Parts: sequence; structure tokens; C-alpha cells
Amino acid sequence: MTRTLGSRILVALPYLWLLVLFLAPFLIVLKISLSDLAVSRPPYTPHLDLTAGWAGIKAFFAALDFENYTFLAEDSLYINAYLSSLKIAGISTLITLLIGYSIAYALARAPRRWRPTLVMLVILPFWTSFLIRVYAWIGILKTEGLLNQALLSIGLIAEPLTIMNTNTAVYIGIVYSYLPFMILPIYATLEKMDESLLEAAADLGSSRLAAFFLVTLPLSMPGIVAGCFLVFIPAIGEFVIPDLLGGSNTLMIGKTLWVEFFNNRDWPLASAVAILLLLLLIVPIVLFQRQQMKQEIGT
Amino acid sequence: MTPPFAPWADPDAKPLIEIRNVTKRFGAFEAVRDLSLAIHEREFFAILGPSGCGKTTLMRMLAGFETPSEGEILLDGQDLSPIPPAKRPVNMMFQSYALFPHLTVEKNIAFGLKREGTPKAEIAERVTDIMRLVQLTDFARRKPDQLSGGQRQRVALARALVKRPRLLLLDEPLGALDKKLRQETQFELMGIQETLGTTFVIVTHDQEEAMTVSSRIAVMRAGELAQVATPTDLYERPDTRFVADFIGEVTILDGIVTAASRGGVGLSVMEGAPDLRIITPHTPPAGTQAWLALRPEKVSISRERPADADNALAGKVLDIAYLGNISTYHVALPDGSIIKAQESNRQRADRRGITWEDPVWVAWEEDAGVLLLA
Repeated sequence: MTRTLGSRILVALPYLWLLVLFLAPFLIVLKISLSDLAVSRPPYTPHLDLTAGWAGIKAFFAALDFENYTFLAEDSLYINAYLSSLKIAGISTLITLLIGYSIAYALARAPRRWRPTLVMLVILPFWTSFLIRVYAWIGILKTEGLLNQALLSIGLIAEPLTIMNTNTAVYIGIVYSYLPFMILPIYATLEKMDESLLEAAADLGSSRLAAFFLVTLPLSMPGIVAGCFLVFIPAIGEFVIPDLLGGSNTLMIGKTLWVEFFNNRDWPLASAVAILLLLLLIVPIVLFQRQQMKQEIGT
Repeated sequence: MTPPFAPWADPDAKPLIEIRNVTKRFGAFEAVRDLSLAIHEREFFAILGPSGCGKTTLMRMLAGFETPSEGEILLDGQDLSPIPPAKRPVNMMFQSYALFPHLTVEKNIAFGLKREGTPKAEIAERVTDIMRLVQLTDFARRKPDQLSGGQRQRVALARALVKRPRLLLLDEPLGALDKKLRQETQFELMGIQETLGTTFVIVTHDQEEAMTVSSRIAVMRAGELAQVATPTDLYERPDTRFVADFIGEVTILDGIVTAASRGGVGLSVMEGAPDLRIITPHTPPAGTQAWLALRPEKVSISRERPADADNALAGKVLDIAYLGNISTYHVALPDGSIIKAQESNRQRADRRGITWEDPVWVAWEEDAGVLLLA
């Protein structure tokens, strides 16, 4: 009996973890998103007053409404911020895919004894804080930064480029930061691919290019899908990169959320933005999990 | 009666494949050394040798995945070296099968035809035909990982054959199958080869497989050809000790050639024993060192000295290997060398009454063994 109890506790632990650290905070945020802004601490009403008993609970629920969501739908700023986030995340994912695939392909074709070192080099940036690395890009991209100095000194440009505080800087930041998440899953699929498949393709009359599109690419699809989701999902909600590298007209939902919460102290609206962002992210996450499941059944 | 298939014996026959003085080096290592070989149309040709003998390199040069460092390979008199693998009328069945895991059986087989730009209707027809030939019709829509090892092997074969190559290369085609399935598949392969008339070159390290399927066998050793012959000749008339030892079981006795007489020679193998009589086409001068290769099934074993035997030696039973259908006796001679003698168990083996440590006689005819000079 004790063993069953022990194993039950063991199974329950992760659920408990999710309950306390995910579901409970989520419900709190959901509740705040249905509340109204108020000058108080914390800055919203209603608060649940259990001393008033059943009437208190009823009054509490009666005060909750979807006002904030209606507001989000009415003000085009928020819809634009969501759409702009989708666009920035989508384009960044595509660029990351093109660069990441090339790097992963080169890694997988490198001499075997070099591969661990090269993979290590891909992971190496993680040893420095993400924030510091994004700050480093400011030093590179700003008007009098390293990039402009280098380009001016070799005479490629006459005037310094304005990259800092534009969407271009945001793309550079996202692609740079998430590149390893694209490289690693693609590398994993390419690396385990049997090279005799390419010889077989050649033997059956394929050029190298045809063999790539007919054999290598379809076989690396699981890695491509995993890499794209791993980049796309966090990129949608990205806040640090647009905040540090983007300009005033860089519109991303993570940044909007931050402004609502800290500058406007509108917790309920910020919570509504957060809940909608979550719903937005659920779609690709569910798709990703389906894909993973299909793969598991496949193998 | 039609004459036996032996185009290699006809000096006027034009070979399909001519390998001329081919050497292949990887850095300082010579995988294939100055090798020349002719393979004829419709042959089922085996390249046999221990691992690392260069047989796979030779096959990869035929497929076009490696280019010879020296020498040339001709197909129908045309030099193959400038032609990339994709354009050669040669297809290969890979040892790992190399089936495309993301494609169905049908699409795997159709792959090469699609690349050629064969019309759709013809692709469908040829794929259907070849699937019927290798008995895969019921599995057309399966993916390779939903097939058994034997089925995968047949997909690989069909995929290579459907392009109707002039030459089909098979790299250890049955290596991944278990013994029983391997034997069945050997006969299937022979049947398919006979039906289609395609020239097959098979690379294998399994001498039994090579003996079963092929019309001729090239035995390779350290990048060179040791001997090229029909399975029968290779077994009955090996050129060297290496070939005699590599093909089947053999006892090799070394000795000195004594007097030549009556189309044969004497061989002194042991002091105190009479010289062995050996019939041999070449009679080396007396005093030459030579070896006698004796197949165990040609050596008989008995308690008494057989009266009419050409050669007989006395010894002691050291070991008995009972294999069910046959028993192999290891008989130690007084000088310590061992002769293998085989008896088929037509009656139950335990009735023969020869057991360990028994003093026995081994005997064989004067034309049973082969005299080797190398």
C-alpha cells in the first residue's frame, strides 16, 4: 500500500507544480483581466471579500466583466500590435530558417571529429546572459557603432546607416538570439541521415540539387518544423529585443503589455492583453505538439 | 542439348565490362592494385573476399562513386570514368538498402524512372510489373519502416532493377537477413536474374553465397585478384593456398616434391611415411616445396588400413564435429599436423564406432587432392 501511495505522490508532484505555478497564476491574471481599473492597492476592483459570505462572492462575480476585451477590440493599437508581432515573428522565423538550415547543413557535413566542437560553438553564446548579448548589439548597430565604423572605414558607405531603433534592428536581434534553437533540431535530423540515401538518389539518376530537394529536405522536415516553432513562439511575445533595439514605431505585443502594466499602471488591461497573447500562442503550440505526436507514432 | 553458359571461355566474345589495370589509392593506401577483369553479358558474377580486400571499392568504382586512380573501366567498349553515377546504365543495390524512408514502396521503386522522365503510364506499368516479380504487390503503399527485412531487401532490388540497367551491382545484398531467409532469397535472386537476363555483379564475403548464386567468382585478396573461376573450378582446382583455404573446408599438408611418374608426382610430407601420390597437370621438379590441399569429404576414415587406397596415413582422432548430416573428424598425424576427414551420416553416426583418441587410418585417392605451388 505504501508503495502505491508513494508512487501516487510522485505522479502528483508535477501536477501540483503546474497547479501552483501555472494554473493558479493564470486564474489570477484571468481574474484581473475581468476587473476594472481603480486607484487603490492593488490597482483594480473588485476584491474578493470572503467575510461577507455568499453575498460577497455573488457581488464579486457580478462586478467582473469583459470591458477590457471589448476595449482591446475597439482600439486598433492592440490589434495592430498583435498583427505586427505575428509579422515580425513570422519574417524572423523565415530568416532564421534560411540561415539556420545552412549552418546546420554545414555542421552535419563537417568532418566527424570537428562536429562536437562546432556544435559547442553554436551553444557557447548561452553562457553569456541574453540581456547582455542584446545590449552588445546596441554597441554594434548604433550610428557610431562598430558596424558603421567598419563600413565607413572600408568606404562601402559615405553616411552612417540608421539601423538602431528600427525594425531591422529587431529582426537582427531576434534572428541572432534564436538562431541556435533553429540550428540544433535541424542539425539533429541531418546528422542522423544515412548518407547512402544520397548515393542511392544519385545512382537512380538525381543531380545533387534534385537529391537535396527530394531526399534531404523532406527527411529534415521534423527538424525544420521543431526549429520554426521554437523560434516563432517565443518571438511573438518578445519584449526585451524590441524594447532595446526597436524604435518608437516598432509595435510588438510584448512591449505594449509592458507599457500598459508599468507606464499606465492599467493592470486589468495588461492582463487582458496577456490572456489574448496566450490564446494566440496556443494555436502554434497545439500544432507543434500534434507534429511531435505524429513523429512519435511514425518512428 | 544447349552448350553450357560460358562466354568467358570464348576468345571472340566481347565482354560487357572490362576493368583494365585499375588501381585505387586512398592516400598512401592501395585499396585496389593493378586489377584487370572482364565480365560478360548475362553473367552472375561474384566478387568474394575477406573484409578490407578492396571488393567494395571495386564495386563503388563500377557504380561511379569512386574514380580509379589509374587504369580504366569500359562498358560496351566505352570508358565509364567521365560519366557520373546518375548517368551510368548501372544501378546498385546498397548494403543498407538505402530505401527512402519518407516514400512508400511504390514511390521508392518509381523514383529512378521519374528522374529519367519516363511517361507516367509507363512508370505505373513498369512499377506494377516489377512489384509482381518480387512479390511486393500487397505492400505498395507501405513505408519502408513497416516492412520486414526480407521485404525491404526486395524493394531495394526492385528499385534498382526497374530502371533496366545494363549492370546491376549488389553490395552484400543478403547480409542483413537471417540464414534461412538468406538461402531462400539466393534462389529467388537467381530466378530473377535468369528471367530478366540482366548482368549481376554481387559483392560478398560469404563464400557459400557466392558459390550458390554465381556463374563465376573473383576471389580478391589485399587489392588483387587471387583467382577468377567458376564455383566448381574454384573449389576443385584452387590456384593457391589462400583460395583453397578461403573456399570451403580444407586440409593443407606441406612437403617436398619427390619423383615424378605416371602423370603425377610424389610428395614427401613426413619422415617415416611413404610419399603421397598426387595426380597433377603440372609436374614441378623434385625438391620443390609444395602443398597438398585436400577437401575433407574426399578423405575417408577407417579403423583398418584400406587395402586398395592410393594414399593412407595413420593417426589418432583428436576431435569430432557432428553436424547432423555429416561428421568431420580431426585426425592428428604423428608429426602433429591435422587432417580433416568427413563422413556423411547415412546411418546414425554413433554406429560407426570411431571415437576420441582412437587410432585410425585416413585415406584418399591419388586424384583427390590438388598440388599447390603457392
